[in-house]
Formats: sequence, C-alpha cells, structure tokens
Amino acid sequence: MTLAVSKAKLAEMYRKMLEIRSFEEKVFELYGQNLVPGTIHLYAGEEAVAVGVCSCLRKDDYITSTHRGHGHCIAKGAELKRTMAEILGKKTGYCKGKGGSMHIADFAVGMLGATAVVGAGLPIAVGAALSAKLRKTDQVAACFFGEGASNQGTFHESINMASAWTLPVIFVCENNLYAMGTRQSRIMNLEDIADRAASYGIPGVKVDGNDVLAVFEASQKAVDRARRGDGPTLVECKTYRHKGHSRVDPAKYRPKEEVEQWMARDPLRRFKETLLQNSLFSEAELRGVEEKVAGGIEEAVKFALQSPYPAPEEALEDVYA
Amino acid sequence: MPRITYREALRQALREEMRRDSSVFLIGEDIGRHWGGAFKVTDGLAQEFGDERVRDAPISESAIVGTGVGAAITGMRPVAEIMFGDLTALAMDQIANQAAKIRYMFGGQASCPLVIRTPFGAGVNIASHHSQSLEAWFMHVPGLRVVVPSNPYDAKGLLKTAIRGSDPVFFCEHKLLYPVEGDVPEEEYTIPFGVAELKRKGSDVTVIATMYMVHKALNAAATLEAEGLKVEVIDPRTLTPLDKKAIVDSVKKTGRLVVVSEDCKTGGVSAEIASVVAEEAIDYLDAPIKRVTGLDTPIPFSPPLEQYVIPNEKTIIKAIKEVV
Repeated sequence: MTLAVSKAKLAEMYRKMLEIRSFEEKVFELYGQNLVPGTIHLYAGEEAVAVGVCSCLRKDDYITSTHRGHGHCIAKGAELKRTMAEILGKKTGYCKGKGGSMHIADFAVGMLGATAVVGAGLPIAVGAALSAKLRKTDQVAACFFGEGASNQGTFHESINMASAWTLPVIFVCENNLYAMGTRQSRIMNLEDIADRAASYGIPGVKVDGNDVLAVFEASQKAVDRARRGDGPTLVECKTYRHKGHSRVDPAKYRPKEEVEQWMARDPLRRFKETLLQNSLFSEAELRGVEEKVAGGIEEAVKFALQSPYPAPEEALEDVYA
Repeated sequence: MPRITYREALRQALREEMRRDSSVFLIGEDIGRHWGGAFKVTDGLAQEFGDERVRDAPISESAIVGTGVGAAITGMRPVAEIMFGDLTALAMDQIANQAAKIRYMFGGQASCPLVIRTPFGAGVNIASHHSQSLEAWFMHVPGLRVVVPSNPYDAKGLLKTAIRGSDPVFFCEHKLLYPVEGDVPEEEYTIPFGVAELKRKGSDVTVIATMYMVHKALNAAATLEAEGLKVEVIDPRTLTPLDKKAIVDSVKKTGRLVVVSEDCKTGGVSAEIASVVAEEAIDYLDAPIKRVTGLDTPIPFSPPLEQYVIPNEKTIIKAIKEVV
C-alpha cells in the first residue's frame, strides 16, 4: 500500500462500509416483514464509493445524494438511528417521516439531501459550491449520481457551469451499469462516463469503484484540486449493485456470469482482505469493529421500531417557513 | 414622491437589498455588465456589485435555478432571473420538485430563500414561446410563494419582502409593465405577502384583476363610472398566499364578481379566485361569476390574433355589464 492513510482512518473506512452493508441488509429484512413503507433502493455493493469519497471530506463539506442514498448518508456521518427511523416513516427520522428512503437529509453534517429525480442533485451541488466560493470558505461539494443520470440535461448544464466558474465540485458518477433495468450499452455509445469530462475542459478519471482505497485516492486528488480553487473533477467509479434496482426488482436482466464476476469483487470483502494481508489489522481487531457495527445496527432498528409515527396533522407542517 | 418605472423600482429593490445583505446575489442569462438583462432590470448592477454577485449564466435554465437552490440552502439569498416566463418550463423540476419541496421533504431542516424573477404576458408580438402567463402553474405547487405586482410601488416592496423571506418565491413580472411609471417613496418600505390592495372603491360589482389587467380593469371602471356604475377593483398582489378575506368581503358587499386575468381560463388564476368565492360567499352572489381571461389557445403572433386572445377594456366592460 502506497497510500498515506492512518490506521485509524482505515478502521473508520472499514467500519463505515460495514455499517452501510449491515444497514442495507437490515432494511431488506425489515422490508420483508412489511415494516418499511413504499420502496427501497439498496446501496449494498457500492459502499466503496460513498466511503471512499466521504473519507476525503470534512464535516462542513457538502454532498448531494440520490434515490439510492442510504450509503451516502451514513458515509457522510448521519446517525444510523435517525436514518432508519426515517426509512420506517417515523417521527424521529431525519425528516420527521416526510421524506422516507428517497429523501433523507442531514444538514448538520453537510448532507444536503437525496433527491428522487434522477440528475436533479447536480445543479444543487454546483449551487452549494458557488455558495462556498461566494462566502469565501474553502468548503467543497461532492455530488453523487449514476451513469443513467449522466444522460440528463442537468449533467451537461451543471458540469459546464461548474467548470466555467471554477467551482469546488467533485462529480462522482457511480456507474453500476444499469439504469433501472437498462444496460448502459443499450443507451450510450460510450463506455466510460469519465470521457465526458473532456467536453467541459475538466479532468475525468475512472476508478475501480469496488476498491475503496482507489476511490479514496482519486477523490482526494479531486477534493484537493477543488479546495485549491482549481475547479471540478469528474470521478467515475465502476461498481455494481448487489440487489435489483428496487425492492420489487429481481434483476433478471443481468447475466448470471456478470453477477458472479462482480460478487467476486465485493468491495467489503476485498477491503477486509487488504487490511489483513498487509497485516494492518488482526482478525481480532476487525472482529471488534464488526461487533460494534452489529450493535449499532441493532440499536438503530430498536430505536426506529419503538419510535412513534407522526400525528397525521403533522402533514401540514413545514410547507412554508 | 419620485415617479419611477416598474423596471427601475425592481432595480432599486435589488440594489438596496444587495447593499444591505452580502448574501444576496443575482444569477441569470445576460443580466451582467454587457446587457443588463433582456428587459434591463439589472442594468448597472454588475458595475456596482461586480461580476461575482451579478453572474452571467450559461443558457441553462435548470442549472440556473438549481444552482440557486444549492446556494439558498447553504446560506445565500440568490435572485435568479429567467429571461422569459415561458422558459421556466426548462427549469420546472428545480422549481417545483426541488426548491418548493426542500423544506417539507427534509422535515423543516432547511430553508430555500430563492427568488425566481421572470416576465410573463402578451402584447409585444413575440408569439407562443415568449408571451404566456403561467402563474397558475406555480400556484399549484405547495411550498412556493407566487407574487404578481402590478405597479412600481408594489414591485419594489414585494421584491424586498421576497428577498428577505425564508421561502422560495416565484416573482412574476409583466413585460408591458416595465416602462409604466408610478410613485415610489425614497424611504425604506416592504409589502407583506397575502395582503390585497383596494385599487378603486365601488359598491355595484367587484373586479379582481392581476398584473397588467389591473390597469385595464381600472380603465374599464373609469369608463363605466360615466354610466353610473360603481366598480370596485381589487389587486391581490400575491396569489400564494391569496388574500381570500379581501376578495370575499368585497363580494359580500357588492354581490357580483368579475375576475380578470391574462392567463388561460382553464385551470387558471381566475378559476381559483372564482372557486374561493363559490365556496365562501355563494349566498351573497346576485349574479353568476364572470371570468375575463386569456383564451385557451397558445399566444399567436399576428397583432390582430394576439389582441383577440387576451382581455381588453371592451371585454371587461362587457362582462361587468352582464352581471349588474
């Protein structure tokens, strides 16, 4: 390992990735028990992206997120308890039950919210970056979106604007190969979204999105560049979701061999192996992290289940100031 | 009291708010030092405040509004200009799904003090993509404030309130109003949202009119006075919130209602106002409610066609005479 990453930081990254994985597995389980209203878009399999990027960010930096956003929340530092409570529609959730799985935000940690409109978060991240520039802070904004969103007009408008105005944005494309059920090759005559960066005169880099350290390294460069005032970067992370698009999707459109190949590159297992092989951590140390995470998840579930639903008339609150 | 144009009143509001509060900045296409806005509202502001705070944006309406949203939820007070109201369609997701819903979706964690200014209205022969009146689209989105000033005094006072508030404001201007003059005091003032103005007192019929139609309604009322009809004219000034009480109280007094609005009839501003009266004061009505509105067509180009589809004094007078 050539990265200068402290052991504490590595442990933190492992903990976050494991938290996201365990959290998503628990959400899936609760959904099966009819405890989660609506639908869910699980982040399992893509943990290295959110954790790799957010590990480069400060608490006062911003992120914008997507319909597949639980992982972004957790990686940026949102509490598991209030995240889970929101997903269950409880009053104690981050959005008092008004947002749900697709609209979680925690402004206290710079998580400016998940939007369920594909591509809608990009200009909002640009605005947060513009705000930082006008307020003369050195905050940056990281914007998560999928390869599907890169076909939206907002992708073009936002990256062009951020580039023209040299704004501190890190555009993070989570390329999981499928926009819902549509494979990238069927709707784009382009393999690497990172290549689109050339149109905007900014760096575009592609990384193995299932390798948290690779994501971290690429993101750190992009964050440093943004913080220096040199402008945005497009970072494409090649990754894969473990489950279907949403809860109802068995993902039969994905060839079995492809799924097996990607499962063999599971980001969590790979990171764990890296940590053990380089003798950075002992099995016992990692077990300690795992136990802590399991405890945290149990606590979050308990908190969410025991929390009350909002009173119906609370639907009328927060429409206006 | 100085007489200034609607355009200058808007510019004064922007200038004074930018001087007062460094978090206020402007973003839009050609609003900067080389053009000063398609209707010259921002003319001269870049020279005073610099290009950073009066930002010439790329032709990217969605990103203009979206950037405004992102800046607004992180401590700034952006005022975005969309060059023509018709073009707000390009930014509709950011206006209706993002700006309007951020406070609500996120359980009150964030405010989005973004003002979106844009000109509506027909009358200058620029056809279907530059002439519509789409205020009703935005009335249908909870979370937005919708402001419709008809004169320089209101334009300045309402824009200041919009900039200082904590909600996203959709601020409608009318392109025929920009050169219209009116009295605007030199001293500081703001106008609260949700307070209609009685433009002319009368006892025979209530006319509710918005934006440029306020002037046409007042002309019609003056004409009818010679015939002995006392027409009351009320300008709601903001559509969301709507001063229902002022409207209902007037109808209770006159027993007759004519609503004049330039937007299309179906699902329009006039439909909402008529519904309020039907729900809350139908027993006081002595005649059916009349609506004088834009016809349900796109806005055509040729002058005789364009004039035909928007209300005028004659059609307003005809409607009033039908209910009294």
